[in-house]
Amino acid sequence: MNQTLAQKLVARAAGRSSVTPGEIVTCRVDLAMMHDSSGPRRVKPMLEQLRAKVWDPSKVVVITDHYLPAYDDESRKIIRIARQWTREAGIESFYDAQGICHIVLPERGHLRPGMFAVGGDSHSPTGGAFAAYMFGIGATEMVGVLVTGEIWLKVPHTIAMEFDGAFGDGVAAKDVMLFLIGRFGMDGGQYQAVEYRGDAIRKLSMQERMTLCNMTAELGGQVGLIASDSVTRDFLKTEIETWQGDADAPLLAHHRFNANELAPQVAAPHSPANARSVDQYKDVCIDLAYIGACTGAKLEDLRMAARVLRGRKSAVKLLVAPASLRDQQSAEREGTLQVLLDAGAELLANSCGMCAGFGERLLPENAVAISTTARNFKGRMGAASAQVYLASPYTVAASAVAGRVCDPREMLA
Amino acid sequence: MRAWVFGDNVDTDVLAPGRYMKLPIEEMAKHCLETLDPSFAASVRPGDIVVAGRNFGAGSSREQAPAALKHLGIVALVAQSFAGLFYRNALNLGLPAVVCNDATRIRNGDRLRVDPEAGKIENLSSGETLACEAIPAHLMAMVRDGGLLAHLQKRCNTISS
Repeated sequence: MNQTLAQKLVARAAGRSSVTPGEIVTCRVDLAMMHDSSGPRRVKPMLEQLRAKVWDPSKVVVITDHYLPAYDDESRKIIRIARQWTREAGIESFYDAQGICHIVLPERGHLRPGMFAVGGDSHSPTGGAFAAYMFGIGATEMVGVLVTGEIWLKVPHTIAMEFDGAFGDGVAAKDVMLFLIGRFGMDGGQYQAVEYRGDAIRKLSMQERMTLCNMTAELGGQVGLIASDSVTRDFLKTEIETWQGDADAPLLAHHRFNANELAPQVAAPHSPANARSVDQYKDVCIDLAYIGACTGAKLEDLRMAARVLRGRKSAVKLLVAPASLRDQQSAEREGTLQVLLDAGAELLANSCGMCAGFGERLLPENAVAISTTARNFKGRMGAASAQVYLASPYTVAASAVAGRVCDPREMLA
Repeated sequence: MRAWVFGDNVDTDVLAPGRYMKLPIEEMAKHCLETLDPSFAASVRPGDIVVAGRNFGAGSSREQAPAALKHLGIVALVAQSFAGLFYRNALNLGLPAVVCNDATRIRNGDRLRVDPEAGKIENLSSGETLACEAIPAHLMAMVRDGGLLAHLQKRCNTISS
C-alpha cells in the first residue's frame, strides 16, 4: 500500500509495516523535548505523585527559554526547578539560556529524519522540517510519555501544500504560512499532517523550512512535514536516511500554488488568519517593530532584516531578540548584527520574550506593533488594547524604516 | 449546567494569558477569558458548561487553558470543533470536550445536560436534544478515572503490586 511520509513515520514508531489514516496506534517516542514553562515545574510534582522515574533520560532534552531573563521571584523559581530537576533526573541534554527550544534542538543535533518526537510546546511541529514526526503535547501528557515512553495517536491524513516555481526576492517562509493561514483558516490543517512540497519548497534553506513547519500550529495541523534531502543532510552535517512519501499515496487534499505569484503578506490584529497582501495594509502607521521568536529571529531572519536595514535607520522603536545564542554569535561575526544595531535596534535576550507575553517587556496600552512572531492574539504580547501585525523579517524591517506597513521589495531593489 | 457561549477560535491566550502563567492555577484562573468577558471567572458556577463555535482552544500547548476552566468548575466543553492539542489536554485533565455541529443552536444561559458517552446534549431551556460525537471509549475510560494522571496512577500501582 502506498503511504504518505506521515504514515511511514508513524508506522515506524508503532512498529508496523504500514498504518491507515484514522486508526489509533501507540507509538514509541524517540525524543521528548521540554522547556521551563511546561516542563520541569509541571512534570516534577506529577512524577513525584506517581513515584515514577523518567523512562529513558537519554531521550529527554530540556531547554530554558520562556522565563528568561528571570525578572522576579516566580520566574527565578521556575528556572531553578528546571536546573535542579534535570540534574536529579539524570538528563544530560540540558541547554540553559542558549535560545528558543525549537531552534536549539536541531542546532545541537538532536533531530534526525525518521524520528518520532514530542515537545511540550505547540510549535514543536518545527521538527517536521527534518522529516521527523514531531508534535506538541501538554504537561500531563508529557508525564505519560516520561513514564511510559509511549503515546497514542490517531494516524493522520495528509494535506499536501505544493509550491511550484520559486519565491520572489523579499518573499519568505513567513509569507507562505501567513498566506496559507489566511486562505485556509486557523483550523485548515484539521489536526492532520500538512506536507510542504514542490520545487519552491526544495529550494528553501533549513531555517526557512523550520518556519514553515513551526507555523503549521497556526494552520491547525498536528505536524508539518518536509521530505529529507541534500539540504537536510548539509545542515545536519552527517549522512541521513531519506524519508519521503510514496508518489501516489492518497491525500486528504492537494493544493498547488505558483510560488512566483506570492506577494509579501501581513496579518492584521488579532489573528494570523487575517492575512492579506502587504499592499492591503500599506497605510497602517506603527510605533514598534519586533524581530524575535522561533519563526522570526533565526540567523537567516536576521540576515533578511539586515538586507533591508543596511544604511537605513528605523523610524520607530526596533527590538531584536535573536532566536538562539549561536545564531546571535554568527550574526555578530559576519556583521549582520552590527547592521541591525546601526539601524537603531535594541538587542534583547535569546528567549521567547515578548512573543509569548512572558517577560518583563510587554506591549504597552494602545501600541501598534509589527512583529515577526507567529501569533497576534488579543493581549498575547501585552496589553489587550495593543494591535499586532504579523509579517516577515523583510517586511517588519521595511516597516520599521517607513514607520508604516511597507512592502520590503521597494527597499530591496 | 448553565451554558456560557463564546464564538469561533477562542485561543489559549485568552483562556490562560501568558503574563499570568507563572501564577498558581487558582490565581491564574481568575483571568480566564477576561479578554472576552471580564465577568466570566467571577460569575461562573460549578457545574457550568462552556459552549463555543469552531476551533476552540487554538494556539498553545499550555495545559493551564483547560485547567483554568476545570478549576472554575466547568464540567464539560461543547464546540463545533476543538484545536487538536487542546482537545487532548482537556481529556487528559478529565474535562470532557464534546464536538457538536449544532453547538451554535445553544444560547447563552441555556441549561444543558451533556452525555459525552452517549453523544447527546439535552437543552433543558429549549427542549431540544442535540446529537454530538461520542468521545472514543479508550479516552472516556481515562476521563472517568479523572484524567491521565489518575489513569497512570492505576497503571503504576498495577505494575508495582
